[in-house]
Amino acid sequence: MTMLDIQNLNVWFGHGRDRVDAVKGATFSVDRGDSFGLVGESGSGKSTILRAVTGLAPDWSGSIKLDGTELAGQREKAFYKTVQMVFQDPYSSLHPRHSVDQVLGETLYLHGFKDIDTRVVKLLDDVGLGGKFRFRYPHQLSGGQRQRVAIARALAPEPEVLLLDEPTSALDVSVQAEILNLLVDLRTENKLTFLMVSHDLSVVGHMCERLAVMKDGEIVEIMEVEALRKMQATHPYSQELLAASV
Amino acid sequence: MSETQSLRAWLLTETPTSRRHAKLSAIYHAWLSFRTNTMAMIGLIILVLLVVVAVVAPWLAPADPFAQTLANRLQPPGTDGHILGTDSLGRDLMSRLIYGSRITLYIVGLVALIAPITGLLVGTVAGYVGGFTDMVLMRITDIFLAFPRLVLALAFVAALGAGIENAVLAISLTAWPPYARMARAETLTIRSSDYISAIRLQGAGPLRIITKHIWPLCISSLIVRVTLDMAGIILAAAGLGFLGLGAQPPSPEWGAMISEGRRFILDHWWVATVPGLAIFTVSLAFNLLGDGLRDVLDPKDSEK
Repeated sequence: MTMLDIQNLNVWFGHGRDRVDAVKGATFSVDRGDSFGLVGESGSGKSTILRAVTGLAPDWSGSIKLDGTELAGQREKAFYKTVQMVFQDPYSSLHPRHSVDQVLGETLYLHGFKDIDTRVVKLLDDVGLGGKFRFRYPHQLSGGQRQRVAIARALAPEPEVLLLDEPTSALDVSVQAEILNLLVDLRTENKLTFLMVSHDLSVVGHMCERLAVMKDGEIVEIMEVEALRKMQATHPYSQELLAASV
Repeated sequence: MSETQSLRAWLLTETPTSRRHAKLSAIYHAWLSFRTNTMAMIGLIILVLLVVVAVVAPWLAPADPFAQTLANRLQPPGTDGHILGTDSLGRDLMSRLIYGSRITLYIVGLVALIAPITGLLVGTVAGYVGGFTDMVLMRITDIFLAFPRLVLALAFVAALGAGIENAVLAISLTAWPPYARMARAETLTIRSSDYISAIRLQGAGPLRIITKHIWPLCISSLIVRVTLDMAGIILAAAGLGFLGLGAQPPSPEWGAMISEGRRFILDHWWVATVPGLAIFTVSLAFNLLGDGLRDVLDPKDSEK
């Protein structure tokens, strides 16, 4: 069953002469429980697709369907309970003046949960941070720990779809693997659907079943990860990317 | 382990056990780093003394600040019963100074409440909402900024009548635009950051984002700016008093006292000097405190 269906999506910034088309006619769909990767170089419009889905990029046309319902204009509260996003840079995605407890507590409060205390503790356990991190501030945490907090925040409303915007690219190589494994575990535990953006083909190969290769705002090829592993890309740009990553 | 030592350990713990504990611990850490700044501590001590003096003024003052003894006028400092001397109506300068601290604190307190809050409100709303609202609010701010401060205050006092309340209002009306500009500039850098996007993805509305996420980041630099501006506010209040548009005689406002003493400044220097020194000390104290607070509160430094 299709969880996220994107048809002919265009996203642009600015108006008139300043208009920049970041995404042009993107079409793909992600099945429930699947993990889909978006690959491409910087500026190819990968992250912009995520921002359009969440409503952070206001100017877009085409159709985005979530679980069969068309998304339009302002996203509703129910949307944010279904779809959550993990940002690229954990150093800027956490409020510098809010403790871990405040970050998670406020998220839970906004989604109308009552048993906030027990849930905060459970969320921290789920992402592998103990209770001792609960009252820490972001500047007292390492990059990997921050990203775990950001993941806990995204998991707080118990979403079905997780959008991952290069969740490991700002982290140390040794920490990257930890976070990726955590995400894999969480996905199987919570039956999540992943839409993951990365410029790293090996990360996508590890995390995803299918992927789309993007270049200059367009999707040039959609393929199975199996095909990626066998180096069977058909589009010349994908072949180039593959060759570069070996 | 003694009582104080265990309290200290409790405050300095790496792993707080509750929200209140975490908050108290953070405050204690800030206090420890503030305490290392000697100059700021001097400023703080002077201001605490000022507050204490203002509170216990009736018990502290040796004489009634309004009691006139014309036979005893313009006595120099050190005269029997008048440590700082008397003014042109024979009133004890020491007592007037002590009671004047109440007026100074009243003015400073009110202005420090009105101006930054107005500025913060205008600046953050303009910065976060943007577009037409931003344009309207910022042009209004520009209009207020374009007037020379004391002249605008003079116009307000002239229109509303002389008096401390109107002086406070006039100073506040001229003091808020810089805060609005500062708050807007900070909001613009904050609003596009990932943590604001993140909270928007939790369904938070603009009101919550502005009050709970943008304000905490603007407030520290605002507090610093306010303490540094306090000296200017005291001087503006004294200036209005000096021009006869602030506190009215016989009220012992420090600026008005200087204004009275001006007539005898060559022969009886102490009448104008004593309140002048008081203004100078309090202004200096606020500046020292502001410098210290900047070191403690500036978010860029707290990253360390």
